[in-house]
Amino acid sequence: MIVKLWGTRGSLASPGPDTVRYGGNTSCVSVEGSNGTVLVLDAGTGVRVLGQSISPDIERIHILFTHLHMDHVQGLPFFEPLRLAGVEVHIWGPANASTSLENRLVRYLSPPLFPVRVHDLLSKLYFHELSNDRTEIGEFEVKAQMVIHPNPTLGFRIQENGATIAYLPDHEPALGAKGFPESAEWTSGYDLSEGVDLLIHDCQYTTQEYTERIGFGHSSIMDSFRFAAEVNAKELVPFHHDPGHSDDLIDDMILQTLTEFQPKFTVTPGMEGAVFTI
Amino acid sequence: MNQRDIEVILARNLAEHLAMPIFIVNPFGDLLFYNEPAEMILGYRFDETGPMPASRWATIFQPVDSDGRPLAPSELPLMIATSERHPAHSSFSIKGFDERLRQIEVTAFPLIGQSDRFVGAMAIFWEVHR
Repeated sequence: MIVKLWGTRGSLASPGPDTVRYGGNTSCVSVEGSNGTVLVLDAGTGVRVLGQSISPDIERIHILFTHLHMDHVQGLPFFEPLRLAGVEVHIWGPANASTSLENRLVRYLSPPLFPVRVHDLLSKLYFHELSNDRTEIGEFEVKAQMVIHPNPTLGFRIQENGATIAYLPDHEPALGAKGFPESAEWTSGYDLSEGVDLLIHDCQYTTQEYTERIGFGHSSIMDSFRFAAEVNAKELVPFHHDPGHSDDLIDDMILQTLTEFQPKFTVTPGMEGAVFTI
Repeated sequence: MNQRDIEVILARNLAEHLAMPIFIVNPFGDLLFYNEPAEMILGYRFDETGPMPASRWATIFQPVDSDGRPLAPSELPLMIATSERHPAHSSFSIKGFDERLRQIEVTAFPLIGQSDRFVGAMAIFWEVHR
């Protein structure tokens, strides 16, 4: 499978000279399988450019939302395949006891927040709600599981031909834990991430910042390293960079954590445009 | 290794920070965790007992009603919360390791996640001093 990062920023798009290398677009990752199935993981602002790269002849595409916070849905109406007549767009996202996935997305894709309504789009939309589920999408086996983040939020484990990735862009597994990481059975996201080839994981804060933002739903970069070690990931992609962090600061965070932690796994910083072949 | 549902993980993390005694069980009523304030009443440290099947924890504390009649496991609020999936409250007495009879009040409620996933139950209990 081929994994490409189209948006690596968290919370808020942050274009500018200080974020050129890591990128300013919010969360979006594409995963292309050996038979051509394309999964889009979240539709932050990065999904706009991804949409431009997709052939207009495509018949079906799948968008998997971890959750519906604005930085993960804001690019959706600018995703070109949604405007193509006849294209099947399957939207997968977390179940919620009170409101359907479709109705929650409609809240955003309607006035006064947005002028175009979901039902004005030309593509054919299909909504699928997930909680703790396994499903097959094309050649992929996808496992979804709720993870620790405010409001119902999923992480994904995606597998094809023995290659596995885990995508947990918004995740605070250390929340409330007396010692982190604890045992596997008491660690949020463990089952999704155990032994994966590529772990794309929240690393929003410095250790100092995290102490002031506990419960916001994100991890310190040190906790993301600890989590990757706990689950025996082969490669960690620190992701969901804080909008206030410049390229230089992210460089420093990663270098400092590498020096302190001395990981046995590979660390590849999450940069917009990065491609991984697994 | 099967990871617990996050609702149960969060419940445990909450329990570890609370000063009230808390019990957490899985959907079958098997004990997953109790916190330090619960240890004080039960007389057992969780690290010593570890997880326990329902058949064991429901009898180990020798619950009896106000007349001294032993309570069946199915009469305990946590077992009602798991088997019937609704909140339950009761007052009864237990004996911890120290063999002292303690009157306690217990409120139990099921833990139900999104998509109606029943992941276990949680009980808050406290000793009644009269």
